[in-house]
Amino acid sequence: MNRAALLLLADGRFPAGGHAHSGGAEAAVTAGRITGPGTLEDFCRGRVHTTGLVAAALAAAAAAGADPLALDEAADARTPSPALRQTARRLGRQMMRAARTAWPSPGLDALATARPRGAHQPVVLGVTARSAGLTPPDAAHAAAYEAVTGPATAAVRLLSLDPFAVTAVLARLAPDLDEVAARAADAAHRCLTEGTGALPAASAPLLDVYAEAHAGRPVRLFAS
Amino acid sequence: MHLDHEHTVFPQRHTWAGPTARPDGSRRALRIGLGGPVGSGKTATVAALCRALRDELSIAVVTNDIYTREDADFLLRNAVLPPERIAAVETGACPHTAIRDDISANLEAVEELEDTVGPLDLVLVESGGDNLTATFSKGLADAQVFVIDVAGGDDIPRKGGPGVTTADLLVVNKTDLAPYVGSDLGRMARDARRQRGELPVVFTSLVAENGVAPVAEWVRARLAAWAAVPA
Repeated sequence: MNRAALLLLADGRFPAGGHAHSGGAEAAVTAGRITGPGTLEDFCRGRVHTTGLVAAALAAAAAAGADPLALDEAADARTPSPALRQTARRLGRQMMRAARTAWPSPGLDALATARPRGAHQPVVLGVTARSAGLTPPDAAHAAAYEAVTGPATAAVRLLSLDPFAVTAVLARLAPDLDEVAARAADAAHRCLTEGTGALPAASAPLLDVYAEAHAGRPVRLFAS
Repeated sequence: MHLDHEHTVFPQRHTWAGPTARPDGSRRALRIGLGGPVGSGKTATVAALCRALRDELSIAVVTNDIYTREDADFLLRNAVLPPERIAAVETGACPHTAIRDDISANLEAVEELEDTVGPLDLVLVESGGDNLTATFSKGLADAQVFVIDVAGGDDIPRKGGPGVTTADLLVVNKTDLAPYVGSDLGRMARDARRQRGELPVVFTSLVAENGVAPVAEWVRARLAAWAAVPA
């Protein structure tokens, strides 16, 4: 049990570059799909059960000690959008910097050496969790949590939403986060014996399509 | 215009933003941050500095635009440096976060520039236009310049704030506009000295021939101090 380290890792103020990314929310706002707390809740629920679940399982598997390079390939295979693959590696590299300062470990050093341009962020998150003495379910919770808090924070800035209403959205999503984290941790456990094929491969095609459109937009507030 | 010449010699400073060497052991570039309110002339100062120093130094620029690539594009359009020496960082609607609270994207941009076009002597990191509280993390910038202008109100030095009070160099830009907007340069200089003590202040008009000279001179002095630090 190392609960405080989990709070630190999941804190939106953890300096790993996430503040410049909206998790697809800006593109969805531009497309008219997120307009208020209700549609934000729909967006977040969809995201956490698809790409959020995949990220949580990758993070949990890395925290469980699965080969991070195999997980990195599995993440590539589960991320059809080139823009999102690039974003994931960029954020992974940025998280690596913070992680190696906060919880230095040979595991982080080895991954940084093997992937100098950055591994997928959920994989780095999982190796970081392991270095911090956290469990696979902890890593899954952190990944699922940031799958919804990133878009929610961005929506507050993009649409000037009432921050209390948005926090209530996140509170209503809490049972979903627990459920996704549990499924992810279970898959991660099976990954240790069955390989990365045991990891979920859920996808959200609109997130991929919007991410590509967003990457080509000359005027935007968030990088992704 | 240069009202404050005796104060352009900066106090010696021996703290630097992280290790002075790159992973391969070579000396990393000196990193200077430029911040200040929207429209005060940060990008114009960066462009003028590049023109003044590019023949004697290997320079790169990181811009932090708020929602576009405007600043990076301005530098590219004006061809102050080759395009591969200019990198734009996106800040997610929070320019001060990217230079102070979570500097990871900016550090990454600096290191990528050093890897791709290095070795570099100097990296200028320009913040997105923000307010008077914007300051650079000591983990990102070795020294910081705060740029205000006479048209933004001659009471800004009196109001102070972290940028005006603590920046290693305060630049008061657009002195050519002072007669038109009724700004009192003498008062601005006195207020700045009251807020900043011995920290230097320079007055610039970038429309004048070599108007950026006082800032360039300060940068050269910082580089000399940086070069004197054992690696």
